[in-house]
Amino acid sequence: MKHLIDIHDLSTTEIDELIEVAKDIIANPAKYSEKCHGKKLATLFFEPSTRTRLSFEAAMYELGGNVLSVSSAGSSSAAKGESVADTAKTVSCYADIIAMRHPKEGAPLVASMNASIPVINAGDGGHNHPTQTLADLLTIHCEKGRLDNLTIGFCGDLKFGRTVHSLIAAMSRYKNIKFVLVSPVELKVPSYVKRDVIKKNNIEYIQTTDLEAVMPELDILYMTRVQKERFFNEEDYLRLKDSYILTPEKLKNAKSDLSILHPLPRVNEIAVAIDDDPRACYFKQVYYGKIMRMSLILKALEVM
Amino acid sequence: MHIDSIKDGIVIDHITAGRGMELYSVLGLDKLDCSIAIIKNVHSNKMGKKDIIKIDADIVLNMTALGYVDPGVTVDIIKDGKLVEKKRVSLPELLTNVIFCKNPRCITSTEQELPHVFKLTDEANRIYRCVYCETKAE
Repeated sequence: MKHLIDIHDLSTTEIDELIEVAKDIIANPAKYSEKCHGKKLATLFFEPSTRTRLSFEAAMYELGGNVLSVSSAGSSSAAKGESVADTAKTVSCYADIIAMRHPKEGAPLVASMNASIPVINAGDGGHNHPTQTLADLLTIHCEKGRLDNLTIGFCGDLKFGRTVHSLIAAMSRYKNIKFVLVSPVELKVPSYVKRDVIKKNNIEYIQTTDLEAVMPELDILYMTRVQKERFFNEEDYLRLKDSYILTPEKLKNAKSDLSILHPLPRVNEIAVAIDDDPRACYFKQVYYGKIMRMSLILKALEVM
Repeated sequence: MHIDSIKDGIVIDHITAGRGMELYSVLGLDKLDCSIAIIKNVHSNKMGKKDIIKIDADIVLNMTALGYVDPGVTVDIIKDGKLVEKKRVSLPELLTNVIFCKNPRCITSTEQELPHVFKLTDEANRIYRCVYCETKAE
């Protein structure tokens, strides 16, 4: 693996290896604390993000490496009109690995085609966010002890939610998976995801607008935020933003070992009252995200 | 109807009837100053009707664009009035600057110098997707 642009760039074996190393990092953090000594990670974030950027930076520091950071388009040469290709070539002279977030879909791919160092896609618009998917997979693996034989509910914005599309694609590789897709009609999973991923892999799924009705079936509930930045029309956003709010009452019929995930940031789609419920895993997911990025940096830099 | 035969040039044969003008435009034949004949609705035993384009010059054809617009065509190379080579085209795996991504969120919408590249993702249904944003070609 030189670059990671799309979760499909990784084979199932590679994903399993990343999870294995991640679990070893959790068990033996000291063993990894100097693995990236003398290496530099450039975080090029041309779109606002706190969590993902800090997660990458914390991951590199915990591996004993250093970080160069661009935290907004306005503070980089992009504001002067520099192309992504030129930025990638330039940063290749300073750093050993790039993590890039960009509002335009495909920008990290362009960077990877021009950089001489590994490029990791840290989110390109509404398109791909493979490291979030890896974080989700590690969370599921740590919480459930497996990635097969699971019923996974996705709830909220399933149309623009890139984390949802990527996780559906990743989980489709495993055996005996069932998807329960809960969304307003306007924010349903795009037909190409259903056709090219779910149906193509003969995966059982149901589509519904009623979260409470399907709650008892779920092993995993993946909640998402309706993202304002993905709408061209604010009226549509305001109409749909509060479609699903998870409250303790709605969890009454849920399994006792349900795991509730959310890629965060949360706005109001999960009531704060749920945070203390042992089934709430979304802050653990943040921790697992950092660990998985450590595992990924090690693999990309070939220092495993 | 009489059309002069070609001495040195190209005949694009077995064009789906009605696609001749589209090919003329996509292949940029309007920019040539040699004789070009577009023959429409020619009787064909195999196809019923077909279009044919005859180009009276030895030019380099964009076979990728040709394969994308009409993958069933054949290209006959004529030298000294004789057929010297018959080429078949197929649906190309990659299209570069043949069609253009219309997704306003795609990186190609802001970086004008990037080539617009589409990949064949579903051969049976002739579906191409932008390699950058995966938007389906219209």
